[in-house]
Amino acid sequence: MERERKIRIVLAKPGLDGHDRGAKLLARIFMEAGMEVIYTGLRQTPEMIVETALQEDADVIGLSSLSGVHNYFFPRVMELLHTKDMKDVIVVGGGIIPSEDIPQLKEAGIAGIFGPGTPTGDIVQFIRTHARQRN
Amino acid sequence: MFDKKEIEEIQATREKWENEKLQKSLAREKERKEVFTSISGTPIERLYTPLETAELHYNEKLGFPGDYPFTRGVQPTMYRGRFWTMRQYAGFGSARESNERYRYLLDQGQTGLSVAFDLPTQAGYDSDHPLSMGEVGKVGVAVDYIGDMRLLLKDIPLDKVTTSMTINAPATVLLAMYLAIADEQGVSYDKLGGTVQNDILKEITVRGQYIYPPVPSMRLTVDLIEYCFKNVPKWNSISISGYHIREAGSTAAQEAAFTIADGIAYVQACIDRGLDVDKFAPRLSFFFNAFTNVLEETAKFRAARRYWAKVMKERFGAKDPRSMMLRFHVQTGGVTLTAQQPLNNIVRVGLQAYAAALGGCQSLHTNSYDEALCLPTQQAVTVALRTQQMVAEESGATDTIDPLAGSYYVEDLTDKIEAQIDAYIQKIDHMGGTLAAIEQAFIQQEIQQSAYRYQKEIESKERVYVGINKYTMEDEPLKNLLRVDMKVGEAEASKLKEMRVRRDGARWEKALQNLRQVTLSDQNVMPAVIEAVKADATIGEICDVWRAIYGEYKPKQFF
Repeated sequence: MERERKIRIVLAKPGLDGHDRGAKLLARIFMEAGMEVIYTGLRQTPEMIVETALQEDADVIGLSSLSGVHNYFFPRVMELLHTKDMKDVIVVGGGIIPSEDIPQLKEAGIAGIFGPGTPTGDIVQFIRTHARQRN
Repeated sequence: MFDKKEIEEIQATREKWENEKLQKSLAREKERKEVFTSISGTPIERLYTPLETAELHYNEKLGFPGDYPFTRGVQPTMYRGRFWTMRQYAGFGSARESNERYRYLLDQGQTGLSVAFDLPTQAGYDSDHPLSMGEVGKVGVAVDYIGDMRLLLKDIPLDKVTTSMTINAPATVLLAMYLAIADEQGVSYDKLGGTVQNDILKEITVRGQYIYPPVPSMRLTVDLIEYCFKNVPKWNSISISGYHIREAGSTAAQEAAFTIADGIAYVQACIDRGLDVDKFAPRLSFFFNAFTNVLEETAKFRAARRYWAKVMKERFGAKDPRSMMLRFHVQTGGVTLTAQQPLNNIVRVGLQAYAAALGGCQSLHTNSYDEALCLPTQQAVTVALRTQQMVAEESGATDTIDPLAGSYYVEDLTDKIEAQIDAYIQKIDHMGGTLAAIEQAFIQQEIQQSAYRYQKEIESKERVYVGINKYTMEDEPLKNLLRVDMKVGEAEASKLKEMRVRRDGARWEKALQNLRQVTLSDQNVMPAVIEAVKADATIGEICDVWRAIYGEYKPKQFF
């Protein structure tokens, strides 16, 4: 039987926000859940994030923002994925994101938004369910 | 604190109580948990008695307020004299909008300003830099050049208020702008009071707003400290910050330990520059977090105060008692706020503010209940300010000095946290000092490990977090959140463009050239920075001078 390929996830901090406690914590949790994690570190532009996802052949991009720039950065990442024909990469986001912003982010194509207090198990489960299946 | 005979009697009574009353009670009903621990992982006993504090030598370990080792506080009268400075961190959008918020807060009885800058300003980029896209005016006010500072401080008399500025990597630039505005208002530097955070080490370990590598960053830090004690004598030239260490996931004891480790590095760097410890140390200040466990937080503040006094006296040979005083600002724990049932946060903040008061803080910021969702609205800011006014004027905590002293539990916990601080400092010394420990990622990994352990404790429900893992419910989303318009960025960028055309190009170029030369020499950069900001050089232009010379810091990633 062919072994199932591990889910590859690029975790990124878009913009100048320095709050990386959540991103680093999730990096470890995803790794323990058997995923391959590439953490970009801080100060990423949407272009840099999409390029990393392309180079790393990522299945999932996780965006973390606590500085209120999600409405700008998250849709921009989606746009770039479309232009690069990477439509099967799913994008999830987290951080300080008011619930009234979620509908427009989903409309832009973000698959899931996870706010403060979300159990990490829920996020792992979501990614397992929604990440593209490949062998 | 007790004589031998009394201790023996207490011991005998205690054994009797344990064997008879306690055993019976435990046989009837077990306790809620097998082991109780504080957030710092310290085991907590069922009961504390004089037996735990029998060794406590009062004069040596506690002493009197305003006297070494300052366990009981840094001033002889503490809050019976005057309350802490009530200082709400604020700033958003343009300088004009922030100025309005400051004047509102001053009208509401706030006694000091605390300026939040946006991320481009904190990272030393102009509003029209590509990395500033989307960030301008978001988490604080955008200040690109002296004109913005002029608007920010409009009609605020700089000799009457004290101003705290949360700025680190480009701290010299923002302080230079502030001094330049003081010159315009005709206020002499010796009348200025305030603080710049200027703590680059915690930016590198936990907060992420760094620009240059550690060594040149330390040069700018020390230049600012030196300039202030010579020219702006009432200015706190650094605020050595544990706040962000705690936010990143450390325990209370780690917060105190790593903050003191950073403090040791700064003092050593100033001494290495040839500065006299008693000249600069009285203007060092600290900044801590306060979480909801009132007793542990109070013990942390007391332990940190005592340990720092010892460091300054014994390690650095300070003679002036003011050099040994750990004076600190507190902000309540941002990371403890929940997006779920946000009104619960008002109570958390109340307890945290109470801890800060019991711990003897010099100034306090209380968070707003909506901060897990957005920047605080005016209503939430008002509640937060009222919270500390209630702690000050209704709770009674301020009527006597260090009211928890002598509590068997709090004294024992103070000793235990001090011992944890000492163990870390010894370990860091052994590694070659704070910079070496940061370079080896020791401090960062210790913090991340605690963050991970805390998350696991929440998810396994070992530790209760109300509204998150217990007593949860669906709640209505908060309405009318504060939002900063994306247009702020465009407006700032076009304002900047006009200014660049308008300014005196020759003066500007000469000032930047001079800054370059001074940076390459061993002179203090501050006078050249002041001249540059007066010549309308922007923060990005000034920081670029140093980027060209020093390069940029690139951290290694690990998790």
